Amino acid sequence: MDMKATKKKLGLKEKYRVMTRDLGWEPGYHTKEEIFPYATYEGIKVHDWDKWEDPFRLTMDAYWKYQAEKERKFYAIIDAHAQNNGHLNITDGRYLSALKVFLQAISPGEYAAHKGFSRVGREFPGVGTQVACQMQAIDEIRHAQTQIHALSNYNKYYNGFHAFADARDRMWYNTVARSFFDDAMSAGPFEFMIAIGFSFEYVLTNLLFVPFMSGAAYNGDMATVTFGFSAQSDEARHMTLGLECIKFMLEQDPDNLPIVQGWLDKWFWRGFRVLGLVSTMMDYMLPKRVMSWREAWEIYGVENGGALFKDLARYGIRPPKGWDDAEKATDHMSHQIMLGLYQWSFGTSLHSWIPSDEDMAWLSAKYPTTFDKYYRPRWEHIRKLAAEGKQFKNFGLAKLCQTCQLPIVFTEPDDPTMACHRETTYKGEKYHFCSDGCQHVFENEPEKYIQAWLPMPALFAELEGDIGKWMDWVSLRDGQDNGDYVGSVDQRNFEQWRGLATSNS
Amino acid sequence: MQIDLRTVSIQPLRQTFDHLARRFGDKPASRYQEGSYDIQAAENLHYKPTWDPDQDLYDTKITKIVMKDWYALKDPRQFYYSTYTLARARQQDTTEANFVFVESRGLADMLPPALRDTALNVLVPLRHAAWGANQNNTLICGYGYGAVFTQPCIYHAMDNLGIAQYLSRLGLLLGDTEALDAAKAAWLDDPVWQPLRRYVEDTLVLRDPFEVFVAQNVALDGLLYPLVYGRIVDDFLSAQGASAVAMLTQFMTDWFDETKKWVDAVLKVAAAESDDNRAVLQDWIAAWSARAASALLPVAEIALGANADAAVGEELAGFRTRIQKTGITI
Repeated sequence: MDMKATKKKLGLKEKYRVMTRDLGWEPGYHTKEEIFPYATYEGIKVHDWDKWEDPFRLTMDAYWKYQAEKERKFYAIIDAHAQNNGHLNITDGRYLSALKVFLQAISPGEYAAHKGFSRVGREFPGVGTQVACQMQAIDEIRHAQTQIHALSNYNKYYNGFHAFADARDRMWYNTVARSFFDDAMSAGPFEFMIAIGFSFEYVLTNLLFVPFMSGAAYNGDMATVTFGFSAQSDEARHMTLGLECIKFMLEQDPDNLPIVQGWLDKWFWRGFRVLGLVSTMMDYMLPKRVMSWREAWEIYGVENGGALFKDLARYGIRPPKGWDDAEKATDHMSHQIMLGLYQWSFGTSLHSWIPSDEDMAWLSAKYPTTFDKYYRPRWEHIRKLAAEGKQFKNFGLAKLCQTCQLPIVFTEPDDPTMACHRETTYKGEKYHFCSDGCQHVFENEPEKYIQAWLPMPALFAELEGDIGKWMDWVSLRDGQDNGDYVGSVDQRNFEQWRGLATSNS
Repeated sequence: MQIDLRTVSIQPLRQTFDHLARRFGDKPASRYQEGSYDIQAAENLHYKPTWDPDQDLYDTKITKIVMKDWYALKDPRQFYYSTYTLARARQQDTTEANFVFVESRGLADMLPPALRDTALNVLVPLRHAAWGANQNNTLICGYGYGAVFTQPCIYHAMDNLGIAQYLSRLGLLLGDTEALDAAKAAWLDDPVWQPLRRYVEDTLVLRDPFEVFVAQNVALDGLLYPLVYGRIVDDFLSAQGASAVAMLTQFMTDWFDETKKWVDAVLKVAAAESDDNRAVLQDWIAAWSARAASALLPVAEIALGANADAAVGEELAGFRTRIQKTGITI
């Protein structure tokens, strides 16, 4: 071929097209259905994969370069943090419970997201979509690993971190997050994108990520906050991908709308329930609080989420079905879950505690309509028992919701004095739920949710209800990992070591 | 003179996480170990996949290879995200400098036209083959079992994409967008490329992650990289004065040398696990490498003409020797 004297200057968009989409081709020896067997069974219709707008245009050379810079900084800081006993700079040992929740429930979720995005990065029949998903797949393993590395040093000095891998698969409260990610991964590629790419990464991420990372910053946890800063630009890319994905589905065919709306309803509620653990962390576990769960919900849920659904209204999307119930639950959920964690604290690999007077004053200021009326009296009762040397323990096993797997501890949306409990009979078997939202999710796919692994029945079936055996099985060390923070080994060590670091005695 | 700074000294309660202590003892774990072992959910999987209810969410039974412990398939490079990314960022720097060097000195324009055409004709269609490799490694990562085996595959997949992009840049540099269009047309219709395209498409319908690993990373790449980047680019083209091309493909040469250590380690451990595994691997490697060799012959002919047959034969012999060292005879 003849060489031209001057080369065409490719625009950024065109250059990226050449570097990605143009790599694919129409298969000639096999059908597309053979190569992409999972692309159609969910009923989503895609007429033209070329209409996909690349959410970010990052070629591999640029990816390696940018990411390597962030990695160098991250590991330099956490190395220094470990070397200088950075764990002694946190505000108080109570803060560690937030990190324990994170490592046991969220980091394994990052790994699951890594696997899920690898799968959809192969299953979507469009190159642009595949590449974007693959980049998120490799980012997600980054997040799982950097979180483990950031928290590894805490594990050396404090309890409750050491068995996170066992707790991920066996610990009762971790099944809340585990079943959420298993649910998304057992769905088809399009639903996975709505579940994780859109609902989790776009709608809910600010309610998860911002509170945890700001909480770390407020409480002197340099290791975790460094992870947060380092992951921020990845998260921005993931959010763009999630939004592009939903718009693409809605623009491709009007028949996609009801399917996508159904998934939004489902995944909003599933995600909201997982965030219950975050609400508790924000309102109770941070010694220095960033903002209340209610305030976070106002900003990231009502304002940001509201604007988003307004933007999507032009496609016919309405806010998710459980939106109003979520709003009503916001003033109650953190208290209800913390009370649950406290009464079952003999069975948690993290400490909980009775809020102090100062904590309770803060809670009543942040929750003027609910805390003093419904929750302060319970905490005061528990405190009175504790003063008499009787820790309030509920050795009765919690009844778990078949869908979200949280203990059924919530109240009716319109009556905070009434426990909320729903049930459905399916094929002669009775199933229990914590809310209308979870019942609806079940009833739309009963064959899926009857398979759920529920930790409490398993405790009876396999371990004959023997709590000691169960503790061994979940690698929970009684008297070390569990129970009240006050009087714990963590408390003793933190205070003693901090004394060494800050005084001469 | 060494000065020891004094820091507050406190005694740690433990050195590492329980799951690592069970494997390696209670001693400080490496970051590779922390970021790889047992980080995939293993028990109490909640739901069967709706996309294939016969599978588990993480399933060891979707491959013919049987491992008592999938975490035995250790990556000798001990790549986790950080070490991987840092390694590739360094190579990326070199590659970028090479492209700038070739471009700024006008070395592309100084290539004899016949050699430049050979380089374009051999190399640019391979960007499509590299995209096939990307999809295959993404599949292994997605469906394979255990992070020790699967995480190198997502790194490999991103490398495959990077290589496809470097080949695209090479095409643009030596022949502009027309070179990419011509290469795509050749990949789709030129009889020279059809055996290779058929090979790639046949691997895209495989669903056993370990067979995909063999067909792609062992058999096809095990022959393609030494043949194309070693023999054709580094030897044949360079000897005739087209060493600028070798500068543009240095990444691929270095990459193959590095990654084959991992590929060999995986084969070696999987074959040593059982006679059944060894037999399965033997069959797969024999079948896929024979096909790969014949698919690559017409590609080699573009550059080597009548010498291609002997060249492919020698590469196949070299490949057999390499595989022999992993305990598998073909």
